[in-house]
Amino acid sequence: MYIGAIFFPLVGAIISGFFGRLIGDKAAQWTTVFFMALAAICGLTNFVNVALGHAPATVELFTWMNVGGLQFSWALRYDTVAAVMVGMVTLTSTMIHMYSVGYMSHDPTTPRFFAYLSLFTFMMLMLVTADNLVQLFFGWEGIGLASYLLIGYWYEKESANRAAMKAFIVNRVGDLFFMMGMALTFWTFGTVEFDGIFQGVAAAQSQTIGGIPVLELIALLLFLGAMGKSAQIGLHTWLPDAMEGPTPVSALIHAATLVTAGVFLMARMSPLVEYAPNVLGIITFIGATTAFFAATVGCVQNDIKRVIAYSTCSQLGYMFFAIGVGAYQGAVFHLFTHAFFKALLFLSAGSVIHAMSDEQDIRKMGGIWKKIPITYAMFWIGSLALAGIPLFAGYYSKDFVLEAAFAGHGWTASYAFIMGMLAALMTAFYSWRLIILTFHGAPRADHHTMEHVHESPAVMLVPLFVLGVGALFAGAVFAPYFVGHDWVEFWNNSIVNAPHNHIMHDAHEVPSWVPLAPTVAGVVGIAIGYVFYMFVPSLPGRLAAAFPGLYRFLLNKWYFDELYDFLFVRPARRLAYWLWKVGDAKVIDGMPNGAASLTAAAAGRVTKFQTGRVANYAFTMIIGVVLFVSIFLFGIGR
Amino acid sequence: MNAAGFPLLSLLTFLPLVGAGILLFIRGDEAAVAANARWTALWTSLIVFALSLILWFSFDKSTADFQFVELHEWMPGFGLAYHLGVDGISVLFVLLSTLLTPICILASWEAVQSRVREYMIAFLVLETMMVGMFASMDMLMFYIFFEGVLIPMFLIIGVWGGQRRVYAAYKLFLYTLLGSLLMLLALLTLWFMAGTTSIPELFKLQIAPSLQVWLFLAFFASFAVKVPMWPVHTWLPDAHVEAPTAGSVILAGVLLKMGGYGFIRFSLPLLPVATEWFAPLIFTLSIVAVIYTSLVAMAQEDMKKLIAYSSVAHMGIVTLGIFALNHQGLSGAIFQMLSHGVVSGALFLCVGVVYDRVHSREIARYGGVAKVMPGYATVFMLFTMASVALPGTAGFPGEFLVLVGAWQANPWVALFAATGMILGACYMLWLYRRVLFSKLTKAEIKALLDLSPREYLTFAPLVVLTLWMGIYPSSFLSFFEASVTALLARHEAAMALPRLAGM
Repeated sequence: MYIGAIFFPLVGAIISGFFGRLIGDKAAQWTTVFFMALAAICGLTNFVNVALGHAPATVELFTWMNVGGLQFSWALRYDTVAAVMVGMVTLTSTMIHMYSVGYMSHDPTTPRFFAYLSLFTFMMLMLVTADNLVQLFFGWEGIGLASYLLIGYWYEKESANRAAMKAFIVNRVGDLFFMMGMALTFWTFGTVEFDGIFQGVAAAQSQTIGGIPVLELIALLLFLGAMGKSAQIGLHTWLPDAMEGPTPVSALIHAATLVTAGVFLMARMSPLVEYAPNVLGIITFIGATTAFFAATVGCVQNDIKRVIAYSTCSQLGYMFFAIGVGAYQGAVFHLFTHAFFKALLFLSAGSVIHAMSDEQDIRKMGGIWKKIPITYAMFWIGSLALAGIPLFAGYYSKDFVLEAAFAGHGWTASYAFIMGMLAALMTAFYSWRLIILTFHGAPRADHHTMEHVHESPAVMLVPLFVLGVGALFAGAVFAPYFVGHDWVEFWNNSIVNAPHNHIMHDAHEVPSWVPLAPTVAGVVGIAIGYVFYMFVPSLPGRLAAAFPGLYRFLLNKWYFDELYDFLFVRPARRLAYWLWKVGDAKVIDGMPNGAASLTAAAAGRVTKFQTGRVANYAFTMIIGVVLFVSIFLFGIGR
Repeated sequence: MNAAGFPLLSLLTFLPLVGAGILLFIRGDEAAVAANARWTALWTSLIVFALSLILWFSFDKSTADFQFVELHEWMPGFGLAYHLGVDGISVLFVLLSTLLTPICILASWEAVQSRVREYMIAFLVLETMMVGMFASMDMLMFYIFFEGVLIPMFLIIGVWGGQRRVYAAYKLFLYTLLGSLLMLLALLTLWFMAGTTSIPELFKLQIAPSLQVWLFLAFFASFAVKVPMWPVHTWLPDAHVEAPTAGSVILAGVLLKMGGYGFIRFSLPLLPVATEWFAPLIFTLSIVAVIYTSLVAMAQEDMKKLIAYSSVAHMGIVTLGIFALNHQGLSGAIFQMLSHGVVSGALFLCVGVVYDRVHSREIARYGGVAKVMPGYATVFMLFTMASVALPGTAGFPGEFLVLVGAWQANPWVALFAATGMILGACYMLWLYRRVLFSKLTKAEIKALLDLSPREYLTFAPLVVLTLWMGIYPSSFLSFFEASVTALLARHEAAMALPRLAGM
């Protein structure tokens, strides 16, 4: 059971990847779906056993490395956090595999696609069940690889190649700090295994390195790593570009699983992070800023997938400031519900794109809701959950996160609450902007496209239903366990709150207007969306004309790409070329080459003496004799 | 006599030479000679490899002592002897050499068409020199083999190389020879002091710190060029670019390791004080190597040159690990050398595959190769990922251990060296994208055929090793665990002495 949940996807990936051409496309696809389904059955059983049955387990596979005290194994650690993640990942991944069978049906190399998808799932599962930091890093890099391969799946498109490289390299920036974090962890605790680290936290509290408390520095390094994976502001630039990949990829990787790895890491390290108060403040600040920043950008984008991508970025910000205020449980809860409704949104968007003959620009859509009613309904469910409307999944988690921010201490928590409220309003606004522009109004696509608009086949709709059910009920059903009455038993110490941290209690004790506020913000956002795009459609244009600077600033995503291009990419290219042509070719090679030509020139001169004429040689000899005799006789040498 | 019951190491060392001797006597028309030469060389090297597996299975991992020792007096009056043996540090390098040689011969099967017999002789002689060097327990023998490697390598590049082969061959020869001469001086000094050239005997020597500095510099001149360290690295890109594929494989796979091996074998145990003293300098040079050459690699338009520069960057990690002077750093450095031998060798083979078909190393000539060569794309992707040190591939354990070790030496050093992670991803993915990805438009590329069975066979052992070293590195790390422990213990003890004396 424990091993199956993790390794079945790998089996599927290997069969589809290496024997795909042998067994045929259809067989390869359904093989991976079959193995994913097996993994999901195992994963859900494990969830029931471990999380609901309070029976954590660790399965040791074999030693990975053992070098001078640095020892760790390949092992599967099942505690509640891991079991929640395994259950969620295997379930959504199975749905997305199934959906892909329909979505990718016109693609010529589907076995490759399914192999990547299953490989990704395997790596993600290795990440969440790791029992040491290095195995976590293995999964961490593995999902990076799979995401690189999937974003660049259509490798004939230059934009896809560029986006894939960007994703890998930006993530590597974060990974560098992760690596440093692991090194410092080892030298602090003498181990990289979680149990050993957590036991050593108490003793390490007084240690410092260069005047900085060690725990703060480790937490900071790991958080910088998490920022890359989870697309926090500064290292977020890869995520919107990653939408170049096929839509099921966006759903699986860039909404439900990969991007939440950073949140998971922070939750996993909660026993350590709890003792790094300054870093928690930084996390809160970064998370809140990301939530706000991404929401503002999401309001003006025109690509259906990019809007949802920025929304993902924004929701990840929520998760991070939840961690920052100490409510790890709330962060994981939001992660959990978010996986359902965001995957649902992406898959619905995929269904729209499928129906619109691969059109992604919402300015060229509209007027299709009657033609694809099921997709339309699913889009509504997803959006309602995202906007945090009561009874939908997002309501429970988002409400809790904002309550925790309100109850949190320090100015960063207040900042997070304000930013979170503003983002909640904008979230609802851009969601309904998206719905109205995509589905309503007069059709803006050409006649030919509109004729082909059709509802997706059953193999794509069934996953939508399953995720729809999740988006409807996952919040209400699981809220008592994740953040409500039973949270202590449910988490079973897999997430640790320090004795001084009462946030889980305080979040329920906030003034009565606070729980209502996100809902009000959501409703207001929806209303604005209707006003702007349904009732007074000229308003957005006029606003954009009135504030052209602000509009361009948002449309260009706060100019992050341009800034990085200016600061890093172009100087690096120029420096690289200069080092090669000047540093290597002129300076370093100049010395031996110069010495060589000097030798050659000197030799050339010397050869001139060897004329071959006896008279010259005789003359030289006589001169020599005269000199010798002179020295000898007159004692010049003395 | 030794664990094998027969002179295994002598056999490993000189059997290739016997094969080369046989090759000399092949007669017949040119095609027959070529075919016979290929098969003879392949079988010779395969037999040597099979024999070397005895080392893998019966090497005693629990001790740091030399094993499979063969000792014959040669000139006892001068303290010279024929002395072979391997310890945990050298045994895997012997295996790496014996593994890569048959792969190189297989890779040259069709690529080399002129003077095949001489080419194969050169490779077999090269194998003798490499194995002999790693197995020497006598310093003079070490020196002879160390220098001897240059001769076949010089010929391989100079005769079967590309257009600027003569320039490249001379550059290689002069650079390395200049360094080696200084090493010879150091060797003579040590011989004079100890009256013997036996390496275990030399380890017992106590050398005055001031002399250590000079000896260190002399060794450094030789090993730094071989590694190669910045700024004496420029011979490497030229040599790689001009060398035939197999020449590049052996150059990157084994020859570069001789420098690192030399540091571990001589500089560390013989000159502990100077080693500590020079460590900051080496750190600086290593970091410069990592960042500088990674950047230069990004600007390359020639595939082989790009991989050559990446080698310099990877070897920077190795020197960093060695001079971190702790267990993780040293083990990581040795592991990185082994994995780099496999991975960069494989990457040069990857370049060779398309070079054999298109006869160009220029990146711009390619594009969209993945479409017509999916098998090749998979193999290339694996080695690309190993080169950027993705966990689960051979590249990771070494880099990880070195960075962990370097952190203890100095966190800033570790941080700067780790930027290689980012830059490495930049140039490798940039290479992969331009060669394998993007739209297939060039007619020449459209006609390419995927890997042939022979090429699959060539890659197979390297693929297996790359994954094996990544997923279960313990089977390699365990070989040198005891030796590294002993080496560090000796270093600690040696460092304690002058401190005590100073008090």
